[in-house]
Amino acid sequence: MVYAQYVPLIILLPLLSFVVLGFWGKKSLKPMAGMVGTTVLLVSCALACYTAYQYFTLNGAYQPVIAIQGTWLEFTPTLSIDMGILLDPASVMMLVVVTFISLMVHLYSMGYMKQEERKGIFFAYLSLFTFSMLGLVISTNIFQIYMFWELVGVSSFLLIGYYYDRPSAVAASKKAFIVTRFADLGFLIGILILGFQAGSLDFQTIIERVTNTNSEQYANLVGTHYLGISLLTWALVLIFMGGAGKSAMFPLHIWLPDAMEGPTPVSALIHAATMVVAGVYLVARLFPLYHLAEGAQNIVMLVGVTSAVFAAIIACTQTDFKRILAFSTMSQIGYMMFALGVSGYGGESGLGFSASLFHLFTHAFFKSLLFLAAGLVIHVAHTNNVFEMGGMRKYAPVAHATFLIACLAIAGIPPFAGFFSKEEILTAAMYYSSTVYVLALITSGLTAFYMFRLYFLVFWHKEASVHSHHSEGCLSQKLPLVLLAIASILAGFVPFSQYVSADNKPFHAELHLSQAIAPVAVALLGISIAFALYKKESSKSDQFARAMGSLYLGARKKFYIDELYLFVTQKVMFNLIGRPAAWIDRNIVDGMVNGMAAATAGFSSAIKGLQSGRVQQYALYFFGGILALALIFLYIWK
Amino acid sequence: MSIYQIVFYALAAFILGMALLAVTTRKIFRSAIWLLFTLIGVAGLYFWLNVEFIAAVQIIVYVGGIVVLIIFSIFLTEQSGKEMPKTTRGRAVAAALAVVAGFVLTYLLISQYGFYPVQEEFNSEVARIGTDMLRTDGEGFALPFEVVSVLLLAAMIGCIVIAIKPSKQKEHE
Amino acid sequence: MNEIPVTHILFVSTGLFFIGMYGLFTRRNMISMLMSVELILNSVNINFVVFNKYLYPSRLDGIFFTIFIITIAAAEAAVAIAIIINLFRSHQSIDVDTASELRF
Repeated sequence: MVYAQYVPLIILLPLLSFVVLGFWGKKSLKPMAGMVGTTVLLVSCALACYTAYQYFTLNGAYQPVIAIQGTWLEFTPTLSIDMGILLDPASVMMLVVVTFISLMVHLYSMGYMKQEERKGIFFAYLSLFTFSMLGLVISTNIFQIYMFWELVGVSSFLLIGYYYDRPSAVAASKKAFIVTRFADLGFLIGILILGFQAGSLDFQTIIERVTNTNSEQYANLVGTHYLGISLLTWALVLIFMGGAGKSAMFPLHIWLPDAMEGPTPVSALIHAATMVVAGVYLVARLFPLYHLAEGAQNIVMLVGVTSAVFAAIIACTQTDFKRILAFSTMSQIGYMMFALGVSGYGGESGLGFSASLFHLFTHAFFKSLLFLAAGLVIHVAHTNNVFEMGGMRKYAPVAHATFLIACLAIAGIPPFAGFFSKEEILTAAMYYSSTVYVLALITSGLTAFYMFRLYFLVFWHKEASVHSHHSEGCLSQKLPLVLLAIASILAGFVPFSQYVSADNKPFHAELHLSQAIAPVAVALLGISIAFALYKKESSKSDQFARAMGSLYLGARKKFYIDELYLFVTQKVMFNLIGRPAAWIDRNIVDGMVNGMAAATAGFSSAIKGLQSGRVQQYALYFFGGILALALIFLYIWK
Repeated sequence: MSIYQIVFYALAAFILGMALLAVTTRKIFRSAIWLLFTLIGVAGLYFWLNVEFIAAVQIIVYVGGIVVLIIFSIFLTEQSGKEMPKTTRGRAVAAALAVVAGFVLTYLLISQYGFYPVQEEFNSEVARIGTDMLRTDGEGFALPFEVVSVLLLAAMIGCIVIAIKPSKQKEHE
Repeated sequence: MNEIPVTHILFVSTGLFFIGMYGLFTRRNMISMLMSVELILNSVNINFVVFNKYLYPSRLDGIFFTIFIITIAAAEAAVAIAIIINLFRSHQSIDVDTASELRF
């Protein structure tokens, strides 16, 4: 298995594309920028698929393979930051997903960004993001993943704020960066605790040492308590805080709806399929540890369930096309999180783990498809507000067909991809606790409802009031839609648990038809309610909204979370902490330095009078000095 | 008290008194005159010490040359009629203090050391001075003599150069 | 003949020296400062002669020193007068405090 020969290329080729497009993309390579980026991604994707083929055609348990490892920063002989490439089922699967989605987005952007003035930079940023995400998934070392984590955050910042002349875009990119950075503070502290106690920063080493309940590291982590909670739980919860920030889990989700200010391909790539699942991937990476610390795993589950339900409720009331999709993403990632939270370890009980990553896999396809189709429709309709669109099925037929397929997939209708992955998640939830199962079931009903509300509002509802002459889009925009639609249909049939599981041993996930009835029924119920309310123009939806009263208003305003954060930061932190700190800095710290300078200046102006230019005074001082010296040498210092 | 001692103490009082007057008087011409008397007193002291040659040189050069030069410069700088400004109280006190301290220290040292004279005749004849001045061996002072000549030449030239009025051409520039 | 202790003669010269110093520190007039310097030089001359006559009577070193000092004092007084005249031309006064351009 000479993975080391070609696997680094998968990651380094996008980096090369970033450098080339960064230097020459502004002028000389601008017309070719899309071609360069897409070709590079094509090669990367091909290599990733080849790697997957090589890796998964083994029998038996899948061994994690370290393709390359090199020591980078050494703190002590035992503690060092290495850079390496780790290939195990989860990371190989992610390689395929990331490169494929990125390729689709590049292809789409070639058409979408054709008229754009700065498209060279856009493709450069896309390549940077792809490189960072790929680096993230193959990290061997928790610090390496942190570095790529930050790189991904930077790329997201650059891409959200791509239209830098729009103040809302700039504000959104800042918000995204600051919220994720704040979450990364917890991540870093967690890394430090874990690395210090486990004596190493390498994933495999940490997992080996800590899961061995006889080891000293385990004893230290579990034995040391701080505020009544063991260090292990602290570390894992803090690391999860970082993951929650990046994955837009409640309450660190505030950046995701605003991030829709970026161009639509960016939303498809980053905020749907790849970056936001980095938190899920992180928890999956450290899953054996989470399984050991029940408290941490419970928190993961709680946050996941809360986010899923919360986002689903809000999505039912939003009017902006991309924001509905953003909340949908948050909800689905909540599913992935709580699936990890309810999972066991080993064999059948590891169903939650496999289900979570399976949902990640299928979600990537249909969510990016939703966003890309949304881009087409928004371009044709010239508005983001779904209530101003309608009857788009005549003007955007390809988008219509693929969007419908994606909606069916996300609602969980067989035989589309979403059905299989949601099934497995719901089964895992059922084995864990019936409360969680019921909540998940309700959420999937809500999912079907709001997705089809969106579908009917955009493509049916009323006659198109915006008669635009834009064509739907060129081939490079339609081809990815078709490919992703095919993937959304077929991806469900992959026997995922045979490949990816918590302990790397394949197992067979049974699909019980009896269990499958409830979710499908709930989904169909949601679809039919949406059909009744939104297919034709009517006031039934408004009546319904008024009947819901304050719940509707609260959900419309996203439950005032943004206002709460703003209040805390402006009124509390700025006034109570920021202002005094600034006062201290200006008056005390600067005052001390200025005071010293003033004292020196005062002293010097006081003694400058000695140099008066008058010769007699100099003579007097001179003689006085001689006298003093004579006295000293004669009488005092013999 | 022999006459020898009386003469010395009288000369000493005369010298010091004239010197004090020279440095404290307000009128500059009088100051020059008191200086003249001080220098004559010092010449008298040389006479009392039996070094007649030095006394003669003192009178000729100092009294007849330098004091005259000073008086000429007073006239050249148009100072002769005016009164000099009074010195500031602070500076006078500081200077007096420093000077008195210095004097006390020095005299203390001198009196502690106690110079003991050698009982030998001091031969300071003019002939001997002249011969020694031009001798080139160990005890001769031919070299300093030549050097001082050169210095006198340099001083003459220097004085002329410093004090010369700038030429008419330079004034028009 | 030698009933006067040497220290008494040295008293005179020391006194003359410090009177000259006082004049140097106190007088505002440049010509007066020159006169004070002459007093100092005279006191040094007295010292040389006294030491030569009473401590080393076999040699004439002190006498010669005195001769040369007198010579050089004359030359120096001439140069000093030249400088004073020059300063008088530029500052229109011989007050030493007006020549204080080298201040801070």
